[in-house]
Amino acid sequence: MNTSKHKSIIGSQPDSRGHFGPYGGIFASETLMAALEELQEAYERYLQDPDFIAELDDDLRHYVGRPSPLYFAQRWSESLGGASLYLKREDLNHTGAHKINNTVGQALLAKRMGKRRIIAETGAGQHGVATATVAARLGLECVVYMGVEDIQRQAINVYRMKLLGAQVVAVESGSKTLKDALNEAMRDWVTHVDDTFYIIGTVAGPHPYPAMVRDFQAIIGREARAQILDQASRLPDALVACVGGGSNAMGLFYPFLDDMEVALHGVEGGGEGLETGHHAAPLCMGRVGVLHGNRTYLMENDDGQINATHSISAGLDYPGVGPEHAWLKDSGRAAYHAVTDDEALRAFHELTRIEGIMPALESSHAIAYGAKIARKMTPDNIVIVNLSGRGDKDIHTVAEIEGMTL
Amino acid sequence: MSRISRRFAALEKSKRRALIPFVTAGDPRPEVTVPLLHEMVAAGADVLELGVPFSDPMADGPVIQRASERALAQGICLHRVLGMVKEFREQDDETPVVLMGYLNPYEAMGYDVFAQAAGAAGVDGVLTVDLPPEEADEFVCALDGVGIDPIFLIAPTTTTQRVAAICARARGFVYYVSLKGVTGSQMADIDSIAAKITEIKAHTRLPVGVGFGIRDGASAARVARVSDAVVIGSILVQKLEELAHHPAEISVKVPALVAEIRAAMDAEGERI
Repeated sequence: MNTSKHKSIIGSQPDSRGHFGPYGGIFASETLMAALEELQEAYERYLQDPDFIAELDDDLRHYVGRPSPLYFAQRWSESLGGASLYLKREDLNHTGAHKINNTVGQALLAKRMGKRRIIAETGAGQHGVATATVAARLGLECVVYMGVEDIQRQAINVYRMKLLGAQVVAVESGSKTLKDALNEAMRDWVTHVDDTFYIIGTVAGPHPYPAMVRDFQAIIGREARAQILDQASRLPDALVACVGGGSNAMGLFYPFLDDMEVALHGVEGGGEGLETGHHAAPLCMGRVGVLHGNRTYLMENDDGQINATHSISAGLDYPGVGPEHAWLKDSGRAAYHAVTDDEALRAFHELTRIEGIMPALESSHAIAYGAKIARKMTPDNIVIVNLSGRGDKDIHTVAEIEGMTL
Repeated sequence: MSRISRRFAALEKSKRRALIPFVTAGDPRPEVTVPLLHEMVAAGADVLELGVPFSDPMADGPVIQRASERALAQGICLHRVLGMVKEFREQDDETPVVLMGYLNPYEAMGYDVFAQAAGAAGVDGVLTVDLPPEEADEFVCALDGVGIDPIFLIAPTTTTQRVAAICARARGFVYYVSLKGVTGSQMADIDSIAAKITEIKAHTRLPVGVGFGIRDGASAARVARVSDAVVIGSILVQKLEELAHHPAEISVKVPALVAEIRAAMDAEGERI
């Protein structure tokens, strides 16, 4: 395989204006352009600042609880009779998901930039909780936008955010889910651009967000790479991660991009099945367009209007995807697949019963796909699945589907 | 000379400021829009801004968001918006029409296909809220091919460097967003608007229009004092929303609002 081509192309992404090949960029209101330039300048400066890096590392270690374990799921692997499956335990981070890796980083940046007010959008509530958490710790005002649909299905996270002192604003416009929360957060930012830092939770949005969020999340892949070399003395054959906006996947994949022998698998929310149209799989089924500040694959109709999406997991219920994933798809470096609600639900139960680990419904999509490819392999093969979050937040959803009242 | 240039040149001669009303195409009913455009011209509008509805209008406040939702719910798509412009042109070949919207519907149609269709329909300018000049090369090239002006925005936060770069690319007129916020917010103070317009004028000879936050005759008159054009949107769309279930009244009450603002601007003009 010609590995040099991928190395040279992928390693240099994005360009100075945030383009990953034809994707990404800055498609934002003029009012935000100065703020985006200020953020890009600050981010590039602090990334080189040993003092900033030391503070970030210290927070990740002592506050988030890193490094997260890379766990060999022996019983699960044996039950499938195929590859050796390892789980990257992002569910064990403070607040229970990978989201806090990024919010710790962006909040430290906000503090250094002198911003007093933090805003965020959230779908499943994990990013909202992770943002409210760091805002509480740094004493910053925090407003979280959340679609009313998501507020209903993630009531526990809403209450957590409130306990943490955040104001949760219910978004009633559009489809009342994550994309509309993002619109509303953008509107807030345009209005309070002087004193407000917008912590975007995924590898989407206008430049520099996709690259910045990826860089803050890349700790997942850096650790996993060192851990598997330590535990198995070799690189894995494949990585698997779920993709909504795609931050946990990008964080895991990024440090492995140049390891061409490692296959990269992103798993989208297949909802009721790709053939039904009720899904959240823009990389599998969408087309290229511009939304939320970047060019990427989108779920849209022929008129360029954004479609409502469907997934059992609120965190995957998004019609776009980070532009770097779009680029990785086109370049062939990563492959993208979809797992249905039912398959994810079965994986949720399977992992819970076999390993005593309850995955988030988002992560359950990666678990399901990991099992699918592991079955076709042998125990010498190694697959790392990103267990991006814990499933406690989803037990009401699961119970309701199964006809139980808690 | 384009319709936009001709219109501003004529206004300059008569010492009149342009009044630019905005309505969303198809709101509250598809059949209302074209007659309303004619009635607004009769009431004193000089340039028309026609909103292309979009599912995710990030730069708009709740009033224009709801207008987009109403239009989309009735099946308004970019093809039908262009059809409305074409119909309008059958009776009015002078009044410039500027489309205001977001990039994705144009992307979905294809830049060249859109530009050809828009040019043929009689569109004069396209203002795209989420398309800064840095990303606009390909789109502007397509518009250039059919003589449509790309209208660019400048905001209170736009740096001096960017003002220069935007002015270098702008055609038709420059649209100054008078406030940090979404459409329909409270207007900023007139002195800061005047100062920014002076800065813009140092970089371009194009007319400068001001929009976002102008809500009545008095604020329109204040803005008219310091700019070349006044854009009114949310107050008209608000009125259309109120009259959504009384469509017969739209042709009376909405043009009356335009006329009221026109009168306030003209009275101010006589005082200058």
